[in-house]
Amino acid sequence: MSYTKTAKALHWLMAALLFGLLALGFYMQDLPLSPEKLQLYSWHKWAGVTAFLLVAFRLFWRLAHRPPALPASMPKRMQFAAHAGHLLLYGLMIAIPLSGWLMSSAKGFQTVYFGVLPIPDLLDKNKEIGDLLALVHKSLNLLFIAVLAGHIGAALKHHFIDKDDILTRMLPKH
Amino acid sequence: MKKIILALALATAFSAQAVEYTQVQPDKSAINFTYKQMGVAVDGKFRKFTSQLNFDPTKPTTAKATFEVELASVDTGAPEGDQEVAGKPWFNTKAFPTAKFVSGAVKPLGGNKYEVGGQLTIKGKTQDVVVPATFTPQVNTGVFDGSFTIRRADFSIGEGSWAKFDIVANDVVIKFRITANSK
Repeated sequence: MSYTKTAKALHWLMAALLFGLLALGFYMQDLPLSPEKLQLYSWHKWAGVTAFLLVAFRLFWRLAHRPPALPASMPKRMQFAAHAGHLLLYGLMIAIPLSGWLMSSAKGFQTVYFGVLPIPDLLDKNKEIGDLLALVHKSLNLLFIAVLAGHIGAALKHHFIDKDDILTRMLPKH
Repeated sequence: MKKIILALALATAFSAQAVEYTQVQPDKSAINFTYKQMGVAVDGKFRKFTSQLNFDPTKPTTAKATFEVELASVDTGAPEGDQEVAGKPWFNTKAFPTAKFVSGAVKPLGGNKYEVGGQLTIKGKTQDVVVPATFTPQVNTGVFDGSFTIRRADFSIGEGSWAKFDIVANDVVIKFRITANSK
């Protein structure tokens, strides 16, 4: 049993995009204000909107195409942990772009997808709410990094220690 | 009944015309600006400005207005933005602490509309500007509203790495609302 080609493509496409977004997000915030910084912020927002659209499609795809079951050799509590971890990953992949979008609105810098498609501001400009949402956005990302570390660590453990097909069944040529 | 309304209207018109508006109310006045950052409109404002105003609706052509805006009071929406625009490439507030507008000819356009000519000086550079404004008399006060567009490059606002317009556009719309009491 393997994943559909679409599910695999979405997994690796989003992996690349999300690593890029994380790196860019942490890099750009400490830069001194410059035209490049403003450009990077815009790119980060566009990539974030793209990630949100991709995760929405991915969720829809997942609901329509049941992923392969976990190996029966896995203890019940490990299976539960795996499902909880994936649920958390999906939750964060949805919550993080939403918090970024709301933060942009509260800070008074509207998100305009690729500079042409304005995404409505749900919140009015408000400094306190903007600062709070910045903290939320950052905290969610730190949590995301922790869950990702667990995700990657678990995949490697399955491959090298348990020697099952959990990692390889997500690879393109499996 | 019609006569009474007419009489009232005339009385109101007369009383409104008989006053000169001179006392600008800073708490009911605002000078805001809007510019485009990579195509996205961003708003800001100036918190502090001083002004002198003489406006008599019956003699609009003799009206005079002077505004001096404290540039360090800029609010760009982000503290690092406020700091940046106070610096040398932008306003250079150490050398040029204020922006000044001095009115010249005032042209009534009919109704409550006016065209205020004048000179705007920012960062040591002076440009002629034409400011369309509307005047709305209220009880004991009058409200002036208007907006006009300047090009930041005309005043060397945003030099060096900011001089190109691909990130921060050249056009900046200045919007104002000035509330003044009559004497």
